[in-house]
Amino acid sequence: MPINYYIFLAVTLFCIGVTGVLTRRNAIIIFMCIELMLNAVNLLLVAFSKMHYQEMVKLNPTAGIDGQLFVFFIMVVAAAEVSVGLAIIVMMYRNTHSVDVNFLNRLKH
Amino acid sequence: MIHLVWLVPVLPLAGFLILGLGRNNLSKALTGLMGSGVILASFVISLLIFLEVKQEGFVPVTVSLSEFINAGKLQIPFAFQVDQLSTLFLLIITGVGFLIHVYSTSYMHEEEAPHFARYFAYLNLFVFSMLLLVLGANYVIMFIGWEGVGLCSYLLIGFWFKNLEYGNAAKKAFIMNRIGDLGFLIAVFWMINQFGSVTFGEVFAKAQGTPIAVLTGITLLLFVGATGKSAQIPLYTWLPDAMAGPTPVSALIHAATMVTAGIYMIARSNILYTLSPVTQTVVALTGLATAILAASIALKQNDIKKVLAYSTVSQLGYMFIGLGVGAYTGAVFHVMTHAFFKALLFLGAGSVIHAMGGEQDIRKMGGLKAYMPVTRWTFLLACLAIAGIPPFSGFFSKDEILSAAYAKNPVYYAIGVAGALMTAFYMFRLYATTFLGDFRGTAHQKDHLHESPSAITIPLIVLAALSVTGGLIGMPEVFVKNGHLLEHFLEPVFAASYKIQQAEPAPASKELTLMAISVGVALLGALYAWSRFRKKPDLAEATGFGKVLANKWYVDEIYNAIIVKPLDALASFFNSFFEKNVIDGLVNGVGRAVRYGSRQIRLMQSGQVGGYVLLMVIGMVVLFLVQIFFKK
Repeated sequence: MPINYYIFLAVTLFCIGVTGVLTRRNAIIIFMCIELMLNAVNLLLVAFSKMHYQEMVKLNPTAGIDGQLFVFFIMVVAAAEVSVGLAIIVMMYRNTHSVDVNFLNRLKH
Repeated sequence: MIHLVWLVPVLPLAGFLILGLGRNNLSKALTGLMGSGVILASFVISLLIFLEVKQEGFVPVTVSLSEFINAGKLQIPFAFQVDQLSTLFLLIITGVGFLIHVYSTSYMHEEEAPHFARYFAYLNLFVFSMLLLVLGANYVIMFIGWEGVGLCSYLLIGFWFKNLEYGNAAKKAFIMNRIGDLGFLIAVFWMINQFGSVTFGEVFAKAQGTPIAVLTGITLLLFVGATGKSAQIPLYTWLPDAMAGPTPVSALIHAATMVTAGIYMIARSNILYTLSPVTQTVVALTGLATAILAASIALKQNDIKKVLAYSTVSQLGYMFIGLGVGAYTGAVFHVMTHAFFKALLFLGAGSVIHAMGGEQDIRKMGGLKAYMPVTRWTFLLACLAIAGIPPFSGFFSKDEILSAAYAKNPVYYAIGVAGALMTAFYMFRLYATTFLGDFRGTAHQKDHLHESPSAITIPLIVLAALSVTGGLIGMPEVFVKNGHLLEHFLEPVFAASYKIQQAEPAPASKELTLMAISVGVALLGALYAWSRFRKKPDLAEATGFGKVLANKWYVDEIYNAIIVKPLDALASFFNSFFEKNVIDGLVNGVGRAVRYGSRQIRLMQSGQVGGYVLLMVIGMVVLFLVQIFFKK
């Protein structure tokens, strides 16, 4: 498959994520949109890695697939981040009985 | 002994620090002892150095104390130069300075102890600065001393600073000197640029091959410095005003320190001046003009110290004539004899003022000879010396300058003799009005008339002896073969210049004629003044041309009108317009702009998370666009 398809898909996913973060007020949905952006970038990383691997392996048979492996590490870190993020949302709900981010503007006081 | 030369300036510096810092705790007796003692110690060391320098075959020594300025190729060490010229000045400064210190212990006795100590601290600092000036082995060290004496003259002229007029006189001296110092400073920079060094030896060695135009520029700028320090036209007006200081300070400024600095500097740089004839002519003409102008002003002054002040300016003019016509030895000789008799005149004047209870107007004196015999006789001897009557010291030095002037240009000589006539006249007018005739002061003053105590009279007697005999070390060739000991002593310093000049000595008969003329003229002036003012002093206000002279040719008024007033006007314009509208407008405008801007930007901080995120996304998009479209 040409690399362009992957790029279009990733850009679309990223834009959906951005739009979601900008327009929604529900903290959980915002959180999901952030994950969407992260994974759009992840997808791009895998796609480019695969493309370059096909080129490189012709020149150098010992070339590895480090790029694709790296994605797993990112996923692990993302999972850890999700747990922190969800914990914040839970704490926020306990305090305000809501997950509406606009309630957070009282942080400024 | 020569390697201990650093002690000579360090001792007065130590005296300054101790007296200055301990002024509230020291008794007057201790202060006087300490202040004079350090100068005496310096004098003794100078004398020992002199004995060493005097020996045949002495080679000038440079005593390097430490590094001072090291920048790239430029090396300016903190070094002292010991040779015949600097040693001679050391003796004059410390010797005459010591006598003035001793005199001051009595003269200033009415001051309170802290002020008494402050006075002596300043005096010591003054002597220190002057010693630094003459000992420095390069122009930068000389400049430090040069600035030091300027500062000390300011401090001492304004010693009684509660009197506003005295404070103004101090400021005038300081500012006038500063104008001259700028010339000196530029000359030093030029020298660094041209020769890559400011050390005397190196500069003089390289001067021979330098273009005349450059040398003329450098020497003229140095001369500007000298006109400030040594009170020549156009920067002389500070010296008569410097009378505001205590009388011994005037003696110190006029005789031992300060005004001789310019002469010393030019004598030191003699080779530079010899190589640039244009500057020499300028120096000689300035000296001539100053000698005549100041002498004419002195004719009509009625303040005892003012007469002496203008006579100093006039005598300094003679020294510059000597320098200008290449008679360097004569100029230095005149510095020396002038130091003796001018110190004596000022100290004598101080003694008179002391007896008169602060009165300085000679019209209110008269007949003092009966009350103050020592002061009177020493004053008379000094008058004879300054008038150039043989065999007193002034005759020999002045005659040497005048005969050199004749060899250069007979017109110089004629004007010089006219100045000598006036000198004799105003000195004897001063003497006759002060000491002869009847007493014209109040009865109260008359009761208080007394001879001064011995701390005052002893310096007077010593200086009188020096004024009488000081000229004998410079006997002209026509009187005594090889009699000019001073010339022989100073020869190594001026040898290079004299080799270039190659002036042939005037025939003996001619020299005797010239001498006879100048002595005759001086005697004429002295006798005329004596006979005219002995019985009937000149009490009336001056009229006609005399009034112009009494008002000092209105030079101060002219300076006021063409320099001070326009500057004042400019300053007040800047104060009222530029300061208020432009400077204040700028400063306040910046403040107002910041306040307005922040009020607007504050609105963006709404607390809406969505808004922040939107801004963040916009920012990222902009960064992307910049990255894509403006990448080179």
